[in-house]
Amino acid sequence: MRYLARRGGLFLVTLWAALTVNFIIPRVMPGNEAAAVLGSFRGVNPAALHALEIQFGVNTHRGLVASYFVYLHNLATGQFGVTAQGVPVMTEISSKLPWTLGLVGVTTVIAFAIGTIVGVASAWWRGGRLDGILPPTLFIVSSVPVFFVGLLLIYVFAVKLGWFPLGSNYSLGATPTPTPSFAWDVLDHAFLPALSLVIVTAGLWVYSMRNNMITTIAEDYVKTARAKGLTDRRIMFDYAARNAILPNLTGFAMQLGYVIGGAIVIEYLFSYPGLGYLFYTASTDHDLPLMQGLFLFYTIAVLVCVLIADLITAVLDPRTREA
Amino acid sequence: MATGFSADIEAADATSDAQAQVEPHRFLRAVRGNRKAVAGVVILLVIAFAAAFPGLIAPDDPQATIYPPNLLPSWNHLLGTTQLGQDVFSQLIWSTRLTLWVTLIVSVIATFLSMIVGVTAAYAGGVTDRVLTVVTDVFLILPVLPLLILLASYLPPGVTSLVLVLCITSWAFQARQLRSQGLSVRSRDFLVSARVRGERPMYIILVEIVPTMTSLLAASFLALAVYIVGFAASLQFLGLGNSSELMWGTMLYNAQQAAALEAGNPWWALGPGAAVALLGAGFALLNYAFDEIGNPALRPVRRGKRGRAAA
Repeated sequence: MRYLARRGGLFLVTLWAALTVNFIIPRVMPGNEAAAVLGSFRGVNPAALHALEIQFGVNTHRGLVASYFVYLHNLATGQFGVTAQGVPVMTEISSKLPWTLGLVGVTTVIAFAIGTIVGVASAWWRGGRLDGILPPTLFIVSSVPVFFVGLLLIYVFAVKLGWFPLGSNYSLGATPTPTPSFAWDVLDHAFLPALSLVIVTAGLWVYSMRNNMITTIAEDYVKTARAKGLTDRRIMFDYAARNAILPNLTGFAMQLGYVIGGAIVIEYLFSYPGLGYLFYTASTDHDLPLMQGLFLFYTIAVLVCVLIADLITAVLDPRTREA
Repeated sequence: MATGFSADIEAADATSDAQAQVEPHRFLRAVRGNRKAVAGVVILLVIAFAAAFPGLIAPDDPQATIYPPNLLPSWNHLLGTTQLGQDVFSQLIWSTRLTLWVTLIVSVIATFLSMIVGVTAAYAGGVTDRVLTVVTDVFLILPVLPLLILLASYLPPGVTSLVLVLCITSWAFQARQLRSQGLSVRSRDFLVSARVRGERPMYIILVEIVPTMTSLLAASFLALAVYIVGFAASLQFLGLGNSSELMWGTMLYNAQQAAALEAGNPWWALGPGAAVALLGAGFALLNYAFDEIGNPALRPVRRGKRGRAAA
């Protein structure tokens, strides 16, 4: 229980930190960026504009502390501000979310599965040919910037070979309908961005998994299993891997922030209209309320995943409940 | 075999001064014997040479718009020309210097920051430790690239802003590692005696604790450099740099804005992309080799030897 309380505390502190970062940045940064940006917000309804002015510390007659509490109150009541076009930030985010959730969610699960399996196998056959080649290769590849992988894939498979489209989420003129041909069109467009993300992120989990597995294999209960004459396959998966994967779950959630960064770059590169592309357009348009809303959204997404991973760990690993 | 054995005994018998002289020698030998380390060093030396003497490799003015635009690679223009008629190869070579500078400066500063935070937390303990640990954990969870973009949006685009935002966001992971290392030396005798002597905390941290972690600090520096190379380029690629400053990331941005891949001069984008990947790989290889040298458990096990030992 103390484990969960500690992790829950971290959840709250980080959430508070993200909120506060959003509040403080416009006030501590040099120049008058926020005032200039909000000054260009024409046609936004006055109440919403006033809320933004409090959030960014522009034209407010309130003190810092009072503004801070109004800001927190606005967030608590679901007012996340409006974009430069006057659209509520949350409406904008939820309209783009499905594309990112599909792309990043699926690729992250695939990459984590690949990383975990390679980690388990290379630790099991430690010193073998597989162990000598795959983990170092994945590790080196994961340090290659994601945009370079994306650029290469676009150049080879879209420009030169013409097998895949250059970008976007579905063909121009296609209407989103639940038909097989439209579904195929969407997959066709998602393939290269997804492949880039898998290539770059699979290596993130290989080493931690391999090291956990090596430690676990040396445990007495694995020796006991061997002595009992269980099959290698049972020892490998039911005894060793099952325990070795626990610490990696938290690692999985902790790396999501990094995956999100990769997704922003890839969505920009492929003009894939998800949250990352929205973030990019917000930054070129200097739409600060939208950027801050997205930053908050990303942080909450990572936090929720970390919390879920912690809950699973607490359920599966009795040691964390005792500690 | 026999001579090597006696040399080892001699080294063991020698005074501590002599050992200190033997250590770097051994380290160099280990680096030379590790193929990944050699590859990393060679890559970094080549890049450092280009950064130091760009004029020797590419005599062209990288910004001069004196050639026909959008040329394909040829002997005169190894990577073709840009939309404005600049030589892409010259731009690539002349961009090395600033790119390498930013990477090195940020990595040094971030390593230093993580050392201060990590060691202070470990040494001070109590409330200070708890506060610093929470701050570190918060920075670990906050998504880095969105935070970088957000911070950079408030600053004038350029190298100074780039260095500043990268330093703010990149120290946390190493701080956590250095804290655990700090905790492990905290109750050693030499620290107890320093405290009994009445040394000031700053002296103890800098003179007594930090020297015990030089290898970890070097590893932190290398690991940070790998990430900084990628993040700096990503940030500029997304348009948060100053596109008149010659760096690989800004080249990528300009190429992407001109749709270089589709427009027929793909190396305008692929060239700087490959350069960034190569610089990152150089640091990553060295970091990987460093882990192997420092931690024998990670070293690849040689099948033949193990067989012989078992027989």
